[in-house]
Amino acid sequence: MASSEPLTSTGYIKHHLQNLTFGQLPDGSWGLAHGAAEAKAMGFWAIHLDTMFWSVILGVLFLWSFRKAAKKATVGVPSGFVNFVEWVVEFVDDNVRGSFSHKSDLVAPLALTLFVWVLLMNTMDLVPVDWIPELAKLMGIEYMKVVPTTDPNATFGMAIGIFVLTVFYSIKVKGIGGFAAELTMQPFEAKNPIVKILLLPANFFLEFVSLVSKPVSLSLRLFGNLFAGEMIFILIALLFSGGAVLAVAGGVLQWAWAVLHIVIVLLQAFIFMTLTIVYLELAHSHH
Amino acid sequence: MNINLTLIGQSIAFVVFVWFCMKLVWPPIVSALNERKAKIADGLAAAEEGQKAKAQAQEHVAQVTGEAKDQAQEIIRRAEKREAEMIEEAKGSARSEGDRILSSARGEIDKEVNMAREALRAQVAALAVAGAAKILEREVDEGAHAKMLDDLISQL
Repeated sequence: MASSEPLTSTGYIKHHLQNLTFGQLPDGSWGLAHGAAEAKAMGFWAIHLDTMFWSVILGVLFLWSFRKAAKKATVGVPSGFVNFVEWVVEFVDDNVRGSFSHKSDLVAPLALTLFVWVLLMNTMDLVPVDWIPELAKLMGIEYMKVVPTTDPNATFGMAIGIFVLTVFYSIKVKGIGGFAAELTMQPFEAKNPIVKILLLPANFFLEFVSLVSKPVSLSLRLFGNLFAGEMIFILIALLFSGGAVLAVAGGVLQWAWAVLHIVIVLLQAFIFMTLTIVYLELAHSHH
Repeated sequence: MNINLTLIGQSIAFVVFVWFCMKLVWPPIVSALNERKAKIADGLAAAEEGQKAKAQAQEHVAQVTGEAKDQAQEIIRRAEKREAEMIEEAKGSARSEGDRILSSARGEIDKEVNMAREALRAQVAALAVAGAAKILEREVDEGAHAKMLDDLISQL
């Protein structure tokens, strides 16, 4: 399956930003989309095979290796990978203790999963942009986007899970009435019941926006940072086709951006985890 | 960058991963960490205890050694005293024994002297009679002169 687009800069970039999409083709049969237009035409009932594949592979890698370490973890002196895993666990545990003041069996493992999983997905960005797609092309796969966090589906998918958890815990801790009151009785407060009712629409509008903006900002922040980083890698990669001097400059730039990107990769995973903990803390506490 | 079924797939993957981590990854690691923390705390406490016990033992050792030294000194002092006493006693008994031997020897000598004197006396009497008989060259009435001789003997 050769690319249908000619090898221009625009074509190269578009090719790199296209997910491997499986869905219903225009002729009614099910298959892989050949190009952005076909993928768009598939609508909601299509799936990004590359995003799913890489995210699940990385998640399984995380859980498999940590599970192995967990089995080996004893009271004795830890060694090698177990030591590293314990260090990561303690780091996450410290953060959870720092921001989350209630008792919960879920929040700390949730934070650990998010941190390591997002970090692994982000780290795929440091693999040179053409390696895996070119390898996939040799295997006959037309499109391959290797960084799941540059797909808004992945970041929104996680954010939806977190949003459901925050609503669930808000209702569980404060009751439906408490949660509804939180949405409607503030930030404008009043003693008089009539004024309360008058203020209700304004309160609900503000609180609802703030409630919904949490998962949206959470996922868009991660997606935006990683997408931009990926975009810059793609633009730098374009330099390699511009002659010897530009290729050398591209190499230097790619190295420099990769070094900077290590920080972004780590920082975004950390921010994602920390904000999740903070949202769950807010869901648990009374205002 | 279409929003599609991937969204739901990712949500499911997320939930499954979190569940797995919550059930099978987090608890064993954290419990191992906590157990180790407890063990280290115990170890430190035990070490402190040991140090304390060691200090106490050293103190005890010093005390016992001191007592032993004092006792040894006392024993030596008593022994020396006893030694001096024994020497004195020995000296005393030797002296009295010597005196006793000396006095018994003296008594013996006196007895011998007396016996010798008695024997001599008897012999002197006979000798005197014989001498007198020779001098007089005549028979002397032993009975008549016995009284005179006895007087002579008693004057010896």
